[in-house]
Amino acid sequence: MDHNTPLVRPSSVGELFVAFTLLALQGFGGVLAVAQRALCERRRWLSAAQFVELLALAQVLPGPNVCNLALMVGDRFFGWRGAAAALAGLLAVPLALVLVATALYAQFALLPAVAGALHGMNAVAAGLVIAAALKLMPSLRGGALRLPESALVGAAMFIAVQWLRWPLIWTLAGIGALSCAIAWRRIGASSAEKGA
Amino acid sequence: MIATVADADLLALFGHFLVLSLLSIGGALTVVPEMHRLMVSRLGLLSDAQFNASIAIGQAAPGPNVLFVAAMGYQAAGLSGAAITLLGILLPSATLTYAAARWGRARRQWRALRAFKAGMAPLVIALVLATGFGLAAQATGWGALAAVAVATLLAWRTRVHVLVLVGAGAALGASGLI
Repeated sequence: MDHNTPLVRPSSVGELFVAFTLLALQGFGGVLAVAQRALCERRRWLSAAQFVELLALAQVLPGPNVCNLALMVGDRFFGWRGAAAALAGLLAVPLALVLVATALYAQFALLPAVAGALHGMNAVAAGLVIAAALKLMPSLRGGALRLPESALVGAAMFIAVQWLRWPLIWTLAGIGALSCAIAWRRIGASSAEKGA
Repeated sequence: MIATVADADLLALFGHFLVLSLLSIGGALTVVPEMHRLMVSRLGLLSDAQFNASIAIGQAAPGPNVLFVAAMGYQAAGLSGAAITLLGILLPSATLTYAAARWGRARRQWRALRAFKAGMAPLVIALVLATGFGLAAQATGWGALAAVAVATLLAWRTRVHVLVLVGAGAALGASGLI
């Protein structure tokens, strides 16, 4: 299955729960990268462009972005039951694991092998997340912003957040306003050409 | 637990987490300083060590990182504590997100919404990339950086299963090779 395979829908609320449970259980260090792979590539429930659209809303709204994403994906296919099933899948089994780990961590945390394993897993998690970003980039083609513009605002955002350490909310609002303004004009212009 | 937990404290905890939920744009980690002020300094529900361990567990364990709040609540007041912190941090933001998603879907033809989605797309991808680099910055040593690069390539260009990559990372890390 790749980005050319046709999109499909989940067959039931239950399938949503199972899918989100499975992808959460692979999400060491963060679920978003695994979600991108599972939803866009393996299951073909969303295209990369749709994933980015939902993620945009998920990020600007309060709450964990992957939880918000699950709610929106679930709602998209099965309304509030889907939203609840997706969120429950994301949280239920991992919650049990976290509680067990919390109860036991005092005994294991000090073993050097454990610290080493966590270090290695963190490195892999970083790679998974970077790869997810790389796989989402092609979806910018054909959008309202031309590729050089996308690259510019994206780079500005990256530098501001990762290098300059500017506060997220203000940076997102500021650069976002500029980027959305460009998109607004572009969308309006193309509607005028079509006589819409 | 380093203090007996009164019902009034649990109620206060829940109320505070409901408010923090609405402030948590960018995720629950953004309001961690406030949680520390509340749970460690004001209510004395956790020690610093327990607080920091909770965050580490939330990040290391599979699943959304937000579960670190459950680790905190559990250490403060057992299962009820975990329920209070997790429900508190999620209910308001989940309700708002659900309502906003429905509202947005019903109006998706609106020029403003289409401009929002198109305008935000490159920023969203930039944030994901920044998150990845942030995680990579915690990798110390050339072995770890090489692991980041290899994992990126394999995840980007191949179909190697996530668990295989994670397992390899854990094994190499535990054996001291990275």
